[in-house]
Amino acid sequence: MGQITLQRVRKSFGPVNIIKDANLDIENGSFVVFVGPSGCGKTTLLRLIAGLEDVSGGQILIDGRNVVDVPPAKRGLSMVFQSYALYPHMSVRGNIAFGLKMAGLPRPEIERKVEAAAATLNLTPYLDRKPRELSGGQRQRVAIGRAIVREPKAFLFDEPLSNLDAALRVQMRLEVTKLQKQLGTTAVYVTHDQVEAMTMADKIVVLNAGRIEQFGSPIELYERPANLFVAGFIGSPKMNFVPGDAAGEPGAATLGVRPEHLKIGKEGEGWPGTVSVAEHLGSDTFLYVEAGKLGMLTARCIGEFSLKAGDHVWLSPDPARLHRFEKDGSVIRR
Amino acid sequence: MARRVTSRRVWVSTGAAWFFGFVIFLPILWMVLTSFKTELEAFAMPPTFLFFHWTTENYATVQGRSDYVHHALNSIIVAGGSTLLALLIAIPAAWSMAFAPSKRTKDILLWMLSTKMMPSVGVLVPIYLIYRDFGLLDTRGGLVAILCLGNLPIVIWMLFTYFKEIPKDILEAARMDGATIGRELIYVLTPMAIPGLASTLLLNFILAWNEAFWTLNLSTLDAAPLTVFIASYSSPEGLFWAKLSAASTLAIAPIIILGWFTQRQLVRGLTFGAVK
Repeated sequence: MGQITLQRVRKSFGPVNIIKDANLDIENGSFVVFVGPSGCGKTTLLRLIAGLEDVSGGQILIDGRNVVDVPPAKRGLSMVFQSYALYPHMSVRGNIAFGLKMAGLPRPEIERKVEAAAATLNLTPYLDRKPRELSGGQRQRVAIGRAIVREPKAFLFDEPLSNLDAALRVQMRLEVTKLQKQLGTTAVYVTHDQVEAMTMADKIVVLNAGRIEQFGSPIELYERPANLFVAGFIGSPKMNFVPGDAAGEPGAATLGVRPEHLKIGKEGEGWPGTVSVAEHLGSDTFLYVEAGKLGMLTARCIGEFSLKAGDHVWLSPDPARLHRFEKDGSVIRR
Repeated sequence: MARRVTSRRVWVSTGAAWFFGFVIFLPILWMVLTSFKTELEAFAMPPTFLFFHWTTENYATVQGRSDYVHHALNSIIVAGGSTLLALLIAIPAAWSMAFAPSKRTKDILLWMLSTKMMPSVGVLVPIYLIYRDFGLLDTRGGLVAILCLGNLPIVIWMLFTYFKEIPKDILEAARMDGATIGRELIYVLTPMAIPGLASTLLLNFILAWNEAFWTLNLSTLDAAPLTVFIASYSSPEGLFWAKLSAASTLAIAPIIILGWFTQRQLVRGLTFGAVK
């Protein structure tokens, strides 16, 4: 079991409030991703759950039990660090076994569990190597092995893939997701990469300046962002924001439309503009369009459009996919 | 363009390195050679290099006149004792400053270093009077205390820089893995810190072994280490170079042998932090 509940969790370092009243319910077995810009408090929140930092207020419940006064090791969680944090003087076997050794398990059982974890992660040939003799991806695997071997209530991942190169990151992303589904263990994963968040998560927590802006499934966040921040943060390229009155929607302070929901229309239809940059990716064409009062708009068109800088275009937003926001940034629900 | 290394260049730099190495080593070599000369040959002009009448009588005289073993034992006790005491104090101090720094940690470190900026002779009189009143003059305990205090700033600084290099993540990983502070120390911290501890220990031992100012001023016979033993041949005997050389050779032999076998550790200790 691994149900984690945060109730009004606060954390401040001196006068600075890093986490302001976080309430969250992480269901057993789910994969939850904390995402947000750097400095938003996502790592701090993870460390609070881990017990590496003490809360300034509120409660953290793991399977219904308040753990704020419980030391990290007794919370039944395991963590994978960004730097891997492997013990450099121990072999891969020693690294994976360390937690079990600390728990005082009998030697044959440790041996069996380490072998099983190594097999799951394709580490068996490397068991007797030292971390410095491994590649980045293999080190990452050892760090994950160290986490899974203890059969924790939940895994905590602190930006575990950010030290890997792009190709390996995509591969490890798949492997981590697969492993988590296979084990069925709750996972809390911190990243600043929204693609990682969208692809891996069952539920995403979007954090900004110490506040939880929205908590929901990736598609929910994409389709129904609760406010301007989430709307701008989720989705790539970024959502276009235009002033409501200029766009002919005086009821809303800001109008949001995703690049993929802007169509190139016939002349006289929609918003006129001039292409300033066209990026041809083959599968898509990204148009950066100067649209007068509306500012710079990004349009994502499927397939190849032979438009170039200086061409005049008309962009028509999909009316069903428009997002309307109040002056304070919250979404106007209809 | 990569720098081209021609074989001529290699020869020139190798030659230069040997030359300067020899120049630096020359005084020690000369001392050793002189210790095997007769007093007459020791200050002969022009000096003889290798072709003189080799003799060990200086060593016999030195051993007959003063008790080498007694002084050597004092050196070992004083240098070893002050080093162990300094490590005992410095390890917790450096740990706390490296892993749980406060707002003033930097100031404390600088303050400790600043105590090394004053010439020791500046506090000789107060220290001498304190030692006299507390009956610490010419005692091993007194020397251990003063050498420990004198070297403590360097020891703490060395350990601090060393501990600073140990990533905090690893300690946190150990904590997540269920290690108590004691086990964290035994299984994770100490194995990672051993090279740093070893080089600090060695360097401090050598510094304490060679320390002359305090040992000369605060001890005469009972607690006198080898530095006093050497010095006793310089002043009253005037220009007895050969005996002085024999005494010096005897005094530095143990530390040179120690240094020779641990040079790898020492170099690593002195350059750690320089290269990641």
